[in-house]
Amino acid sequence: MSAAKAPERDASGRGAAFASAVAGEDLAIVEPLIFDRSRPERRAVRFPRASEEARRVGAGQPEIPAALRRETPPRLPEVGELELLRHFNRLAHLNMAIDLNFYPLGSCTMKYNPKVNEWAARLPGLAESHPLDPEELSQGSLEIMWLLAELLGDISGFPAISLQPAAGAHGELTGMLMTRAFHRANGEGEQRTKVLVPDSAHGTNPATATMVGYETVTIRSNERGGIDLGALRGALGPDVAALMITNPSTLGIFEDQIDQVIAAVKDAGAIAYMDGANLNAILGRFRPGEAGFDVMHFNLHKTFSTPHGGGGPGAGPVGVSERLEPYLPAPIPVLVEGDPGEVRANAWRGRSTPGVRFALDADRPHSIGKVRSHHGNFGMFVRAYTYIRSNGDAGLRGISEDAVLAANYLRIRLHDVYDLPYDRLSKHEVVFSGRRQKREHGVTTLDIAKAILDHGIHPPTIYFPLIVEEALMVEPTETETLETLDHFVGVMRDIAEQAASDPESLKRAPVTTPVGRLDEAGAARRPDLRHSFANDDSGARAGAEAAVAASARSGSRTPTT
Amino acid sequence: MANPDDLRYSKEHEWVRVDGSQATIGITSFAAEELGDIVFIELPEVGATLSQFATFGVVESVKAVSDLYSPVSGEVVEVNEALRDTPELLNADAFGEGWIARVELSDTAELDALMDAAAYADETA
Amino acid sequence: MSYSPHTDADRRQMLDTIGVETVEDLFADIPAAVRASDWSVPPPLTELEVRAELARIASHNRIPEVSFLGAGVYRHLIPAVVGEVIGRPEFATAYTPYQPEVSQGTLQSIYEFQSLICELTGMEVATASHYDGATATAEAALMACRLTRRDRVAVSAAVNPDYRRVLETYCSGPGIEVVEVPVNLEPGGTGTTDPADLAALGEVACVVAAQPNYYGQLEPMRELADATHELGAQFVAIVEPTSLAVLEAPGAYGADIVASEGQPLGIPVSFGGPYVGLMAARMASVRQMPGRLVGATRDAAGRKGYVLTLQAREQHIRREKAASNICTNQALMALAATAYLTSVGPEGLREVAELSMAQARHLVAALESSDVAQRRFGGVYLNEVAVSVPDAARRHAALVDQGIVAGRLLEHDDPRLTDTLLLATTELTTDDDIRRLVHALEATR
Repeated sequence: MSAAKAPERDASGRGAAFASAVAGEDLAIVEPLIFDRSRPERRAVRFPRASEEARRVGAGQPEIPAALRRETPPRLPEVGELELLRHFNRLAHLNMAIDLNFYPLGSCTMKYNPKVNEWAARLPGLAESHPLDPEELSQGSLEIMWLLAELLGDISGFPAISLQPAAGAHGELTGMLMTRAFHRANGEGEQRTKVLVPDSAHGTNPATATMVGYETVTIRSNERGGIDLGALRGALGPDVAALMITNPSTLGIFEDQIDQVIAAVKDAGAIAYMDGANLNAILGRFRPGEAGFDVMHFNLHKTFSTPHGGGGPGAGPVGVSERLEPYLPAPIPVLVEGDPGEVRANAWRGRSTPGVRFALDADRPHSIGKVRSHHGNFGMFVRAYTYIRSNGDAGLRGISEDAVLAANYLRIRLHDVYDLPYDRLSKHEVVFSGRRQKREHGVTTLDIAKAILDHGIHPPTIYFPLIVEEALMVEPTETETLETLDHFVGVMRDIAEQAASDPESLKRAPVTTPVGRLDEAGAARRPDLRHSFANDDSGARAGAEAAVAASARSGSRTPTT
Repeated sequence: MANPDDLRYSKEHEWVRVDGSQATIGITSFAAEELGDIVFIELPEVGATLSQFATFGVVESVKAVSDLYSPVSGEVVEVNEALRDTPELLNADAFGEGWIARVELSDTAELDALMDAAAYADETA
Repeated sequence: MSYSPHTDADRRQMLDTIGVETVEDLFADIPAAVRASDWSVPPPLTELEVRAELARIASHNRIPEVSFLGAGVYRHLIPAVVGEVIGRPEFATAYTPYQPEVSQGTLQSIYEFQSLICELTGMEVATASHYDGATATAEAALMACRLTRRDRVAVSAAVNPDYRRVLETYCSGPGIEVVEVPVNLEPGGTGTTDPADLAALGEVACVVAAQPNYYGQLEPMRELADATHELGAQFVAIVEPTSLAVLEAPGAYGADIVASEGQPLGIPVSFGGPYVGLMAARMASVRQMPGRLVGATRDAAGRKGYVLTLQAREQHIRREKAASNICTNQALMALAATAYLTSVGPEGLREVAELSMAQARHLVAALESSDVAQRRFGGVYLNEVAVSVPDAARRHAALVDQGIVAGRLLEHDDPRLTDTLLLATTELTTDDDIRRLVHALEATR
């Protein structure tokens, strides 16, 4: 799978255009490491010395004992501000991003991130608010959190919300810890040891179940890509703690028997967990709390457009039913003076309500505790609140309508050239299979993805969900124009033709990117995870590698039973 | 690569070469190809006791991970140290230099539960 | 305000292509029994209106004129260039670098981040980031359990109470016992963890201690590490990153895992997040580390490039056997830390640490000489200090009314710590701030 042949580099390609401009540097390096730009005594930022007064007054106070002092300073880069900026700007040019490229990465909801959200998060009154400031200084921060929780409750149909989890997987962890606390409180903590997870689930679901000490039982999908009700009923029993289900599923399919699924889970005394990663498809159409789910995490960075940041920060609030509410992480922002209805109604009209007071309620005796320091990724709350208010009721419904419209449009436009293992109505995403291209022409989904790169488009998610052979998971989102969707259709059809006419050319893709296919096997076999300084003690890296081997010998690895 | 006729095979894609009271075990070329570029293997410790069809280690490729299931029971007398630094031997020569361990067999009758090359070829067809 | 670009004609064209009459038909698969009832989400706002709404709410916060509040979250100068770097849309609006050929910017910057954290901590390997210092600490403890195959963890009572709560929550799932190593917090006490207390812990996976600790005190980390190793356990060091310009690196005193809050490195306090958790360890433990790792490699033409590596540890491959469920982390905040450390360099970071320390010494001397407060503990402090102040709760509240936050009222964390303030200084603390605090405390006597 590692690149077997040298990619042909397009001289006019982006990589060449943005290669290092410094003469004499290694042409095999697109942009040197910042450490390689370092020269002693260069720097960007200086600080003043302590004042004469400070030094004089503080003179008698204890200093750091020699034994605790650092002897050699850390070898941080020494560069001027312009060099710094050029370095990171050049690195920026090596990325694809929503602001530059169509990015239909399935399951990730790569929609446009409105800039007014960024403006809001940077408001000094919010960005400079310290999380431990006395509550009377933080009323605005608490108000935003309270209002956002109210809105997320409206959107999801859950009566209570915690904003604390920092990402989707963190929300899952929170949900499973609450599940465990619930069963323990009912005297069934020892008895309920299993979590049911469909075979189409995100990897975070089973990994989360394990982190909470549960055993994962995989439920197979039926031939229509939905959960197999018979298999589910067969697996449910007094030893099951919860079902974790993504709806719409990772196949982009709404579970059309979801009411029966929820009823079966509840009849068995288990908790119904919904992974809310795909909420973008169902805003205003399906409210998981109302439908009977006990708990769901939101991904603010997906549905509510907070920037993905190259892999975070995200935010993964959870909504819960009445029966899980006592176990929510503490503290929770609450309105302690004022009428909730009046505060909401005024806020929706952009007005403040006189005499209101918000506080953090930490007095929650059944709470699972804290899952993160302070209150969560507050900056994401500001962005999500701004986004929800901008869109409003009509806008939120429109998001799901247009996201679903776009996914179905791509399904119809491409289903004659790429196999559709589950040819049903799509929600926000559609999962194709490259198995025909693989079988007939030896072109894999990986080859197709790499070829897409050469068209300036970020590829769909590939090889997931696991139940689809050679999967290509396409999520166009609601923010792409019809012209962009049509262009993507054209690219995908061209690639399918190319797979038939010249399969070898696809094996060489991508050729216009800053680097070609990289040797991932080599990277994993001989890990190089940090910069080696030229004057490092000889063999520091060799020593590190020997240590990895030693670790393997001592057998200190994940238990696999 | 063809499956050598002198070996026995398990459904979990391990092979056994019997040599008196000892046996050499490894994974088949079919398994190595399915996994892709293997980057790491967790070897058993010399002296460890393996049980037939129980896990005894893990093999990782760039994008997959798989448990290793012992095709036979017995005590590990030697492991292939070369795999620690060059796990790619599993891809390059699964039935030869990519051997994993030598085991002192505790029950040769267990071999009857394994397949011959022809049966394994059918299994993976 | 809608961000959908579609005209009615576009929608009609798409519906016709799909072969349905209305968009409603696309939702026909939702069972009638569970379709959403009406909700009470308010109507849309224009940009002008939504700005007014956010400005309205922000105006309800009062940013104090003078603040000595730290307690794990510190206001430092954030160089303008840091904001410029993380504002680049190519970084901000990309996602996890699953396609390395078009993600070299993110990947290389993470490799640089890992390198910087290794250099700062003296450790051999650092992850691509965690949610925050508290979750990094909890994950470090779970990692120690995997490495030692033990299921008890010990944590110093002088570790940030928020971290301890998160650690307890994480450990409650798999049933890992958390034991506390007591610290003498009485007035005149050491305020530090006693290495002699560790021997009695028995079989623990790790001992967790912080340098400086939550109360600003410098701990005997080398002795704690040695005593931990006597138990066959891992020593988990929590550090404050700017202090590592002047304090011995954890790698040098025998830390096995380092967990840390990276917020002081160019990240605004922002009411608690987003921040960035740092984690570093020894290479021998790398396969038990949670979270993403970026490694260097080459393409077929020999060009250097970077990829996500050792992924078989992670949830998307190992699923229920993964080292952690972590997926999305805090990449953009790690980039802020990378840009920050690059902008200040080794000299600038030392200046930040020394200026912060100098102001703490100035503050303590000024408080003691005017006899309004005394240090609660002996020993050495860094840039944060616990001081005893009679009637502290009333006076703290009175100062808030004057726009002064006199640090953290420690009785909120531990009811035994009455009449004690935890005061932090940084390079942003001015001589005038110190004068105002001293005068205000004098005036409320």
